[in-house]
Amino acid sequence: MNDVSRLIAYRKRQDWWFQIVGALCTLVGVATLVALIVKLMLDGLPLLMRWRVFLFSNASYMPDESGILMAWVGSLCVMLVTFLTAVPLGVGAAIYLEEYAKKNRFTDLIEVNISNLAGVPSITYGLMALWLFGYLLGLSSSVLVGGLTLSLLILPIIIVATREALRSIPQAIREAAYAAGATKWQTIWYHMLPYSLGGIATGTIIAMSRAVGETAPLIVIGAAGWVSNLPPSPVTSHAPFLNFRWLNADFTVLPIQMFTWTADPDPAFQANAAAAGLVLIVFTLSMNAAAIIVRYRVRQKLKW
Amino acid sequence: MRRNLKSGLMLGLVAACAAIMGCDSSVPSAPSGESLSGKIEIDGSSTVYKLTQAVAQEFNKANSGVAMKVDKSGTSGGFKKFVLGTLDVCDASRPISQKEIDDCKQNNVEYIELPIAFDALTVAVNAENDWCTSLTTDELKKLWEPAPEGKPHPVMTWKDIRPGWPDQKIALFGADRESGTFEYFTEAIVEKKNSCRDDCSQLADDNAIVVGIAGDPAALGYVPYAYYVPRTDKLKAVAIDSTKDQAGPVLPSVEAVNKSTYKPLARPLFIYVNRKAADRPEIKAFVEFYLKIGASMSGKVKYIPLTDVAYTKGAEQFAKLQIGTRFGGGHAVTDQPLDHIMDQEPQP
Repeated sequence: MNDVSRLIAYRKRQDWWFQIVGALCTLVGVATLVALIVKLMLDGLPLLMRWRVFLFSNASYMPDESGILMAWVGSLCVMLVTFLTAVPLGVGAAIYLEEYAKKNRFTDLIEVNISNLAGVPSITYGLMALWLFGYLLGLSSSVLVGGLTLSLLILPIIIVATREALRSIPQAIREAAYAAGATKWQTIWYHMLPYSLGGIATGTIIAMSRAVGETAPLIVIGAAGWVSNLPPSPVTSHAPFLNFRWLNADFTVLPIQMFTWTADPDPAFQANAAAAGLVLIVFTLSMNAAAIIVRYRVRQKLKW
Repeated sequence: MRRNLKSGLMLGLVAACAAIMGCDSSVPSAPSGESLSGKIEIDGSSTVYKLTQAVAQEFNKANSGVAMKVDKSGTSGGFKKFVLGTLDVCDASRPISQKEIDDCKQNNVEYIELPIAFDALTVAVNAENDWCTSLTTDELKKLWEPAPEGKPHPVMTWKDIRPGWPDQKIALFGADRESGTFEYFTEAIVEKKNSCRDDCSQLADDNAIVVGIAGDPAALGYVPYAYYVPRTDKLKAVAIDSTKDQAGPVLPSVEAVNKSTYKPLARPLFIYVNRKAADRPEIKAFVEFYLKIGASMSGKVKYIPLTDVAYTKGAEQFAKLQIGTRFGGGHAVTDQPLDHIMDQEPQP
């Protein structure tokens, strides 16, 4: 009897210790993040207090006049191009692979490769894009090339996420649609896509929030350290009211701006870098929050 | 519902983008200055970047119609594009090399070489270091040159430099091999380009070198002058005693560089202008503006300006569109003051 209670006590102790270790592990991650954000806030807050100047003026050689206008507009334009190209391509590819493609060695190979591509270091994509867009197609660095580069980077993530979402739909739904006389396309359009929208949106937004923080591939393709002008406006006051010259403009993005400031000889610019870092964190966190909200909303609407 | 969600998201993004961009680019070009337009593309040395960016910013105030792009791929990275003729202006922290001159010839690219400021490479130690106030160039050479084949490096501790100094291991910090700074320092100190001991930290970011020296009382490193000036509380500059000149130790300063007594670590910084691009009115205006406000902007970003004579000669040379280099495709380290060098005709 004594033995048993000792054994139980021993196992309970084990349990307790594991809990402590687990909690510590969690704490390391959380504490680092909190420390980072607090440090950025302390350094960057004076600038963010003057957010009008900081958000709406270009980077300058004077630290307290220096802002991130070109950087965040550049980031936004690049992300727009990335979104508009990566989502249709990624979702299309995923639908083909999941619903149409025959399962054979070749598609297996493609599958494995797509999963591997999702883990390839981003600088590799930069080099690939430089070769593809720069040397092969003769395009110079521009918003369009930047956006396309990042869309290459996040395509595999979107494909994987979309396939997961499609796979999670019960087979019975497909069979029910076919039984009602729907074609394959009708089944996909009216059933598969709406039901997997939550998964697709989540995957896309998380991929985009990875892309918004990317620096290396954009530096490789020649994103600028400093640009004087904003990209031309996409809407004009006269017909046809739209112009696409902004796609051809030079640009810089938030992480590159941060990087430039941390390398500046004047230590005062470290505060600007910290403030830009905070803006970037807010950017990413709000995108992740959007992903959570979208997923929650779509799940609520689903009634099988 | 599903379509609403998707198109809503897209519309939102488009609208946001439109709203932001609509507010600025429709503004007509600034009334001051004749309305120039076009595009200026600048790349090159990260040391020169700060000055060029500042000048570009001032230029843009009066000429908002000109779209400018300033980048910093490093001197060699900038020249790689420049020799292909795809760059209008190349920032350089060293003169153009023989290989780059040959590449220019091959691609029919002609260039105008213009010095625009000085840098004093500063050998710095930790502020707590109270023993090392000056070093001779011989001592620096022994410290930085590669170890003899198969043997440990003879200089490992401060005591190895001068017998009275503490027996502490020297932590060495220097620029990375891609930078013009590394090339210049090795040529000036080790007297052989790109030759350097390999048991030191070679960092691409000058601020990382500053942090490294500030964090170790026994550290020594070199940074461009602009990185030293704002951090005199953590770093101490070492006076350089040129063994060749026998003129005594000299601390880096604006005066010492202007009198060309800070030898051999004072170096001119350059811009190289593509000759064909110089025909474009916006480039012409920009380079003229650069040479005009170069002195005052250098002061503002804590760089060391050239003498007025050098800027004037540069402006004359640019007006005449004289192509070529005065440095013969290599040696950046010379004994002559820059004003004298500027008197010579550039050789294409």
